[in-house]
Amino acid sequence: MTLFSTDHKVIGKQYIGLALFSVFLGMLLSLVMRFHLVHPDTKVRLFQMLWPEGAPGGQMTPELYLSLMTMHGTIMVFFVLTTAPQSGFGNYFLPLQIGAHDMAFPVLNMLSFWTTALSLGTLLLAFVVEGGAPLSGWTAYPPLSGLGKITGPGQGLGQDLWILSIALFCVASLMGAINIIVTVIELRAPGMGYFDMPLTCWGWFVTALISLFAFAVLLPGGVLLLLDRVAGTSFFIPGGLIVNDQVQGRSGGSPLLFQHLFWFFGHPEVYIAILPGMGVISTVLSVFSGKKVFGYKAMTVAMLAIGGLGFVVWGHHMFISGMSPYSSIAFSVLTMAVGVPSAVKTFNWLATLWGGRLRFTAAMHYALGFVSLFITGGITGLVLGQPGLDIYFHDTYFVVAHFHLIMGVAAVFAIWAALHYWFPKMYGRFLNERLGKIHFFLTFVGVYAVFVPLHFAGFVGNPRRYPDFKEYEFLKSVTGLHMGVTHAAYFLAAVQLIFLFNYFWSKRRGAVAPGNPWGATTREWTDD
Amino acid sequence: MAIAILIAALAGATLALFFQPRWWFPEAISAHARAYDAHFLVTLCVIGCIFVFAQGLLAWVIFRYRDRGQAVTGSDGNNTLEIAWTSATAVIFLGLALAGQGIWAGVHLEGSDPRALKVEVLAKQFAWSYRYAGADGAFGRVDVKQIDDAGGNSFGIDAKDPKGKDDLTAAVLRVPVGRPVELHLKSRDVIHNFFVRELRLKQDVVPGMTIPLRFTATKTGTYEVPCSELCGLGHHQMRSSLVVMTEEDYAAWLAEAQQKVVLP
Ligand code: HEM
Ligand SMILES: [Cu+2]
Ligand SMILES: [Cu+2]
Repeated sequence: MTLFSTDHKVIGKQYIGLALFSVFLGMLLSLVMRFHLVHPDTKVRLFQMLWPEGAPGGQMTPELYLSLMTMHGTIMVFFVLTTAPQSGFGNYFLPLQIGAHDMAFPVLNMLSFWTTALSLGTLLLAFVVEGGAPLSGWTAYPPLSGLGKITGPGQGLGQDLWILSIALFCVASLMGAINIIVTVIELRAPGMGYFDMPLTCWGWFVTALISLFAFAVLLPGGVLLLLDRVAGTSFFIPGGLIVNDQVQGRSGGSPLLFQHLFWFFGHPEVYIAILPGMGVISTVLSVFSGKKVFGYKAMTVAMLAIGGLGFVVWGHHMFISGMSPYSSIAFSVLTMAVGVPSAVKTFNWLATLWGGRLRFTAAMHYALGFVSLFITGGITGLVLGQPGLDIYFHDTYFVVAHFHLIMGVAAVFAIWAALHYWFPKMYGRFLNERLGKIHFFLTFVGVYAVFVPLHFAGFVGNPRRYPDFKEYEFLKSVTGLHMGVTHAAYFLAAVQLIFLFNYFWSKRRGAVAPGNPWGATTREWTDD
Repeated sequence: MAIAILIAALAGATLALFFQPRWWFPEAISAHARAYDAHFLVTLCVIGCIFVFAQGLLAWVIFRYRDRGQAVTGSDGNNTLEIAWTSATAVIFLGLALAGQGIWAGVHLEGSDPRALKVEVLAKQFAWSYRYAGADGAFGRVDVKQIDDAGGNSFGIDAKDPKGKDDLTAAVLRVPVGRPVELHLKSRDVIHNFFVRELRLKQDVVPGMTIPLRFTATKTGTYEVPCSELCGLGHHQMRSSLVVMTEEDYAAWLAEAQQKVVLP
């Protein structure tokens, strides 16, 4: 396995390795945040060693918390959820499932991986430069992100590196998307029509189409933001600003313009994270029910509908942004409409199980867990999709609970299902089934324990992106709640060691797998 | 098998949490807030039913079709069913969307009330200030160069404009109970957010824009205003208060404060 291999299988594994590194890093950052939220005044030597500027004497500053939060969100969204399901498993299995020898453009494929790696390196560099990592969140709204150091530490070089990293990531994703689209269109085995492809391939195909249009908008958005910062332009900076008592000589820009560009990418991004997983879940449920997927055509139509409608709902992130209240009405109706194909998929999954003979492998456990989490995280979208109700919940912990469940945890469960299902193909050995199931049960309980209570902090009105809750009388009531969540998060993180052990141990020592261990019918198992 | 029980148990525990009284909305103090709560309850019942139905069905199907060596019987497609559940969810989801428009329209689509007390709200990293028009009912011109936070002129009220002579600035938002209020939200630097939980109102404050926000509080009291849009390292400390007073108390406060207005 050479470093700069152009073999799609090697590249797929490289992407998965990168995502694995990132998800553990992101999780460690979240533990530091959860600790600080409940012990804001405790001095920790380790913090001082890691971040001498951000935690003088071990006392974490608010700007350090916010920069950890920014990095956690960015790492999770881009380097885990956009990377493993689409570029990782897609690279490895799409060619195998459609009977192609490799991706259409192997060299481009290698380049997209290494651009992604460079992007990650650039992001992590932000931790060590002067001022540290940016504090403006993974959404990086200007003017906070557009004016440089004057708006806060981390808003200097750290924010520049963040934008550069995202721009590189866009380039990498565009290359990857083109590769997958061309591969699906051109390299299907003779006689294989679009509607003969497994749903996994549909997932990767639709996701690639979404990526092509979404990243093509984020990239110029990032470039314009960078120009505002380094070239003194005013795309997003309005006139008459006084920051930190200094008059800013800019004029004519619009902060809302950036939000439109960002969310035009940002909403489709959640489908980029989840659609490949939906394909995997359909496959795993079908194989271990001993049945074909229920409603194959409906499932593909639903994916296409999600992909299409996903581009006209971005405004639901901007209901309270100050945009026209009339557009909120249009965005809310469209948002509720995009919920329909998601519900249709859930019904089809239940119908796939119906009348089957269910074999409870570890992969099947994660797939069933995915369905449960998808329901729990999805229905709160019916609250947030209504502008009238979003008024209260916007930017509270209710939103944190909603998106962690549906976009974060559900997608990660799909990754686990895929890993357990395809590990025998990738490494010729099984992941240990018993450890897999133990890990599933503990993790499943853990994620409910961490994220369900956060909805209730949202009911109290608890704003998100707060490094501590000391300033407010009304937040005294959620102290206990946050304490419980933090302990659940420790538990959740601890049980991930089971997975880590299983992964590395099974790679070398796992039970040797036969050619088609699950009795599947798709080509990656049956061709040889 | 075990997973069916676990899904049912976790769904049950989630549901049970909704019946605890401890972590919930604060008291509603306006007609809009009460309408909000009523519509939220409707939405909650609908999604609660969907939740119980879907998780229950999932757990039951897992239990019912666990491998006991039975023959596989289910079908792999049925257009009638697809049409049925697609239209059923479409009706429910779009129905909710339409039913909820009332509370949105009530806040954002109603015109300005001529009787409303107008207050300008200025946000900056990391403080709020409020400006009242004073006895003449008109706001004076502002001039960026005359801004002086330490000297009590955060708005930069222009000393040369007679309309501004009686303008009153304050660090706390005081309003009389039962009177319509119209805020004009402005920011000097980055985006902030004005949130009053008890009014069920939240609005971004965007530099370069003046955004109106209207309410009529119906209960006196002091309510916290937490900034709710990430604005920098002091975001979590950018706190203000809304004080809803009786007409008499308000008039007394206004008269006293007006006396103290020092002309810039
Ligand atoms: C071990 C599990 C996890 C824990 C304990 C956790 C915890 C947290 C915490 C404490 C915050 C900051 C909330 C705030 O201050 O507003 C946060 C934000 C966030 N998390 Fe996670 N998280 C976890 C997993 C994930 C995963 C898997 C994703 C993938 C989508 C994710 C995505 C995000 C995003 C996008 C943000 C928002 C960052 C921002 O506000 O800019 N998290 N998480
Ligand atoms: Cu969205
Ligand atoms: Cu703020």
